Amino acid sequence: MTARELTIADLTRILRECAGEDEGVDLDGNILDTLFADLGYDSLALLEASSSIEREAGVKLSDDAVSEARTPRLLLAAVNAGIPATASASAA
Amino acid sequence: MSESVAVTGIGVIAPNGLGTDEFWTATQKGISGIDRISRYDPSAYPTRLAGEVKDFEGGEHLANRLLPQTDRMTQMALVASDWALADAGLDPATLPEFGMGVVTASASGGFEFAQKELQKLWSKGPGYVSAYQSFAWFYAVNTGQISIRHGMRGPSGVLVTDQAGGLDALGHARRHIRKGTGVVLSDGMDASLSPWGLVSQLTTGRLSPTADPERAYAPFDTSADGYLPGEGGAILVLERESGARERGARIYGTITGYGATFDPRPGSGREPGLRRAIETALADAQVAPADIDVVFADASGVRELDRIEAAALSAVFGPRAVPVTAPKTMTGRLYSGAASLDAATALLAMRDGVVPPTLRVTDQAADCAIDLVRGAAREMPVHHALVVARGHGGFNAALVLRAPDAG
Repeated sequence: MTARELTIADLTRILRECAGEDEGVDLDGNILDTLFADLGYDSLALLEASSSIEREAGVKLSDDAVSEARTPRLLLAAVNAGIPATASASAA
Repeated sequence: MSESVAVTGIGVIAPNGLGTDEFWTATQKGISGIDRISRYDPSAYPTRLAGEVKDFEGGEHLANRLLPQTDRMTQMALVASDWALADAGLDPATLPEFGMGVVTASASGGFEFAQKELQKLWSKGPGYVSAYQSFAWFYAVNTGQISIRHGMRGPSGVLVTDQAGGLDALGHARRHIRKGTGVVLSDGMDASLSPWGLVSQLTTGRLSPTADPERAYAPFDTSADGYLPGEGGAILVLERESGARERGARIYGTITGYGATFDPRPGSGREPGLRRAIETALADAQVAPADIDVVFADASGVRELDRIEAAALSAVFGPRAVPVTAPKTMTGRLYSGAASLDAATALLAMRDGVVPPTLRVTDQAADCAIDLVRGAAREMPVHHALVVARGHGGFNAALVLRAPDAG
């Protein structure tokens, strides 16, 4: 089974659902290269979002991949190059 | 010489009123917030009444970012702390961050949040459990979130002694101020009216099964068959009295006495610890029993516990020698929020010279020989008030508050 490509629209939706949205930030603007820290998302918010991302994109993300991806562009790249989740993991 | 500790701000969230003014207006009139539980269908449970805060939505008061990571009780605590600081006229951003602390009481933690995550865990698997469960449910979360929100990095903590917690938190906050912290936000807020939260409370066997809101939870009455739970509480701003006076702050009152004791082991035959807690608080405040104008009772609603409380009050003050009230009959017992709300109410009673009533007591038990303020509020000057609280498991606490103009 091929994994589905995750888009920036998917990512912003997931972030909103998992961790809310900072009042001073326009998530619908060009945020691809904005640091997550500047978007108001700390490591816990990204950890919370990562399990949603894994389910949607059908990939398994390492903790390092999440912590090293400091912008949406880097995170999308990591997700879309990620290791497809095994059948048992995606069924969980 | 110990530093005197003043209360300069109050933030209230209660089943019969959102905000101090709404709550106090309702409380003086004897308006109850107790009703059938509406958040879920309570028909399968033996207790179906509670004091719910029906008109509170966290999203109306707090930033969107906070909502996915906070339980209802934390949202209430954050809003009440905002209100308390505004009431005190304090802007924490202008104060030294290590000169401000937070001490709250917690009885159950974020039960509603935790129930939701546990349901995900068993129905979908561990990958579906929120990362925020790591802190959103636990006892110290209100202290942590208030501290982060206002940049208060001084001495902080959490007290877990069930209903006694609201007074234990104030006692502990007072210690921090006496040791040099200028401002401490303190007191308790609980919201555990989810099915899991309520089932946990049922294990004590002390909740009333009565279905009629006009009859359930009647402390000191011959018909008393337990209490009703509620949600909410109060957050208070505590300051060094000298500092508060210097900045010209309005002072509701000062905390002059605090005492805490633990009950002897069940079956020991020794006297329960409540009387000693009261005597300790009076001695700490350097006042005689005759100086106390009103007592805010713990008012368990469990016959045996009512009898113990009335006996302790009679032993200290003499039979029917001091007015006693239990406005928590309008809110239910709020766990860590209960004594917090009572302390806030006592300060308002001092300010306005009005002691709010105890509801539902129509046939006061003969073994509860206290001067219960029943039916309607009593107008009278209040210079010194005693607040009494007991927590499940043997905790007793008592607090003496003094009006700013008391001689």
